[in-house]
Amino acid sequence: MSKPVNDVARLEMRDIRKAFGPQIALDGVSLKVQAGEVHALVGENGAGKSTLMKILSGAYQPDSGTMFVDGQPYAPTNPADGRQRGVGMIYQELSIAPHLSVAENIWLGIEPQNGGLLDRAKMRAEAQSTLAGLGHGDIEVDSPAGQLSVSQQQIVEIARALSMGCKIIVFDEPTSSLAQADVQRLFDLIDQLARRGLAIIYISHFLEEVRRLSSRLTVLRDGQSIACHVTASITDDAIVAEMVGREVKDLYPRSQRRLGEILLEANIPGRGTLTLRRGEVVGLCGLVGAGRTEFLRAVFGLEENTSQKITIAGHSHLAEPRSNWLQRMGLVSENRKEEGLALELSISDNVCLPALKKIAKLGFVSPSTCDAHTAEWINKFGIRCQSPQQAIGRLSGGNQQKAAIARLLEADCDILLLDEPTRGIDIAAKAKIYEIIDQLVADPIRPRAVLMVSSYLPELLGVCDRIAAVRRGQVGEATPVAQTNSEKLMRAATGV
Amino acid sequence: MAKALNAVGPLLALILIWGSFYIFGDKHIGDGDGIESIVQQTVVIGIAAIGMTFIIISAGIDLSIGSAIALCSVIGAKLAMSGSSPAVVAITTLLTGAIIGLLIGLLVVRAKLIPFITTLGTLLILRGIAHGLSNSQPINAQDVNWLRFWLNSLPENMRWLVIPPGGWLMIILAALAAGVLRFTVFGRHVFAVGSNEQTARLCGVAVDRIKLYVYMIGGAFAALSGLMLVSYQGQGDPTGAKGYELDIIAAVVIGGASLSGGVGSVFGSLIGALIINVIRTGCTLNGIEESTTSIITGTIIVAAVAIDRLRRKAA
Repeated sequence: MSKPVNDVARLEMRDIRKAFGPQIALDGVSLKVQAGEVHALVGENGAGKSTLMKILSGAYQPDSGTMFVDGQPYAPTNPADGRQRGVGMIYQELSIAPHLSVAENIWLGIEPQNGGLLDRAKMRAEAQSTLAGLGHGDIEVDSPAGQLSVSQQQIVEIARALSMGCKIIVFDEPTSSLAQADVQRLFDLIDQLARRGLAIIYISHFLEEVRRLSSRLTVLRDGQSIACHVTASITDDAIVAEMVGREVKDLYPRSQRRLGEILLEANIPGRGTLTLRRGEVVGLCGLVGAGRTEFLRAVFGLEENTSQKITIAGHSHLAEPRSNWLQRMGLVSENRKEEGLALELSISDNVCLPALKKIAKLGFVSPSTCDAHTAEWINKFGIRCQSPQQAIGRLSGGNQQKAAIARLLEADCDILLLDEPTRGIDIAAKAKIYEIIDQLVADPIRPRAVLMVSSYLPELLGVCDRIAAVRRGQVGEATPVAQTNSEKLMRAATGV
Repeated sequence: MAKALNAVGPLLALILIWGSFYIFGDKHIGDGDGIESIVQQTVVIGIAAIGMTFIIISAGIDLSIGSAIALCSVIGAKLAMSGSSPAVVAITTLLTGAIIGLLIGLLVVRAKLIPFITTLGTLLILRGIAHGLSNSQPINAQDVNWLRFWLNSLPENMRWLVIPPGGWLMIILAALAAGVLRFTVFGRHVFAVGSNEQTARLCGVAVDRIKLYVYMIGGAFAALSGLMLVSYQGQGDPTGAKGYELDIIAAVVIGGASLSGGVGSVFGSLIGALIINVIRTGCTLNGIEESTTSIITGTIIVAAVAIDRLRRKAA
């Protein structure tokens, strides 16, 4: 590359330390990012990535350590200060004001004024040109930002960061809510931003994204920066080993599985049919918005207008969540925070909620019985927590997800509907969930059946026995995993 | 541990406020008469606050509870004056309250109206009905002894009760309600609906039914509170209990409940009701003007909630 050699890094963080009370979040992290570089930050949940980024943005102040932007000391007192000094953040959860227009969102907090009045013409014109510069001139600057798609809203956020003159942009799991095609466009855009000389920090759990985008990567573990590598010269296995501090041998365990009777027969007009047998995992793949989640929710009776016919264990019935739990079918929502869990309530409350009537005697539930039941799952699944009474919102994503699955088992479910069960959780927790799924379907005494939706093909191929592609709301034929591969599934999903 | 602290916070505030009035002001606030008068005033608010706790935990709100209390006081007083037996008066009034709650619940659940707006409407409607039923005149029930018994000053031979029977009724009902919330499937479902309605639906909780029950419970407690008002004032008053909805909601919130649902405790709410009335009584005893009393009460409500917010953040 013919880039001028510049020995002053755009961003340097040196030996950053931060503790919250007795808990040490960062224990000496150093990070160096050059202008024009996409630098990936990888590590398990809890490794300190978000704390580090909050310090970079100015939301937290470090206990010790120093930061430099272009060689100048950088010590933001709050996020607004950080943004003004050139550090912009694009979070997983987007932060647009849905009722304001695109232009107003881009200029939020730095509105140009003319004699005390908003300079609307300038706002519109510059918003327009910024968006066009990002290759998204098609976004209408006057329309309410809430009407845009998620990917367009993300573009608005990027435009906002650029309008503020940010030199460093942090992307925190930006693809988790995007469809495949939008992911590609985002990657192209990030490349383009890097070519303009911005320093990009990219945080992701997906190593293929890290590989596709970054030139170098830094591994965090237990609040320390373990190593910095040139991305091209390190294997995935080595990265994972550094992230978890040990080798993950078999990510997708597969015990001997024996097929049993048909547990679920779903025939949903306009959406297709599917059967599920005891002792198997069936996967639904497809693009985001193709109707995978809708199919799963229709099976569970959570979609409105339910004229579907569902047969569970030979009995046909009208789908409705309440009766489904009684039929031993349970669903883990893809949306942990909004639907899946009641975050302020305890682990015990969350795990036992559908099973309360079973646990209760004459309508009375004993909290200590619930706690005892929950404690069993905490042990079995290795849920890291203080006690069953701890608020579930305080757990890490992976531990929350384990509890969400435990809920189905506490309710004695035979049919487990899992919607994106490993979204946004770290590798060790993923491995644990794959192991749990395998043990459930291969249980020698009472094998369960799992129907699972995932956007991540390697995971489906690793876990499932059969996989069906969903396209335009239609569920296709479920093919045995041995007879398919990611390419075939992608074709079936996109219809090429 | 954290749960214990949640209940202790408001209790400490109560002791602090009561103690300050006692140490720096008129000592009457700590003697038998002072305590009796505080309890008399607290029972009306406190009993309604028990029902409101259910509603607020379920992430609902009932702004019309003051009007419901007034309407039920009118109905109760009318029935009592017509010579109906205590059982008939009690059952009819409580049923009226529950039906009011049912109607509010149906508007919220079936018509999918926001509770805030719905009950802003019923606030006016119920008040109007109360005026209509009574021709806008208070209904005198001074001489209905069985009703007066609950909140009258204790006669000499019953001094051993320490506080009027209505106070004990409130405490017993609070204990029952707290037990229902903590130890029954229904109670846990109320918390689940309030904490995250979607999760509750996902987990097979009959969300709509729970909401209906919760408003009915709220209505029934409002009705009982109306009877207590008759007991205390000796009349059913269509203009009575005005603004009580705010005292009641404030009591529940001071007691640690969250208006976004999922959090709350019945005993906290009672302590909240006590705090409000200790301030009122304390101010009156010390000759503090009405205007100042208002400002002090308002400040303490805001401070209590702010401190609670900080405490939660720190936890």
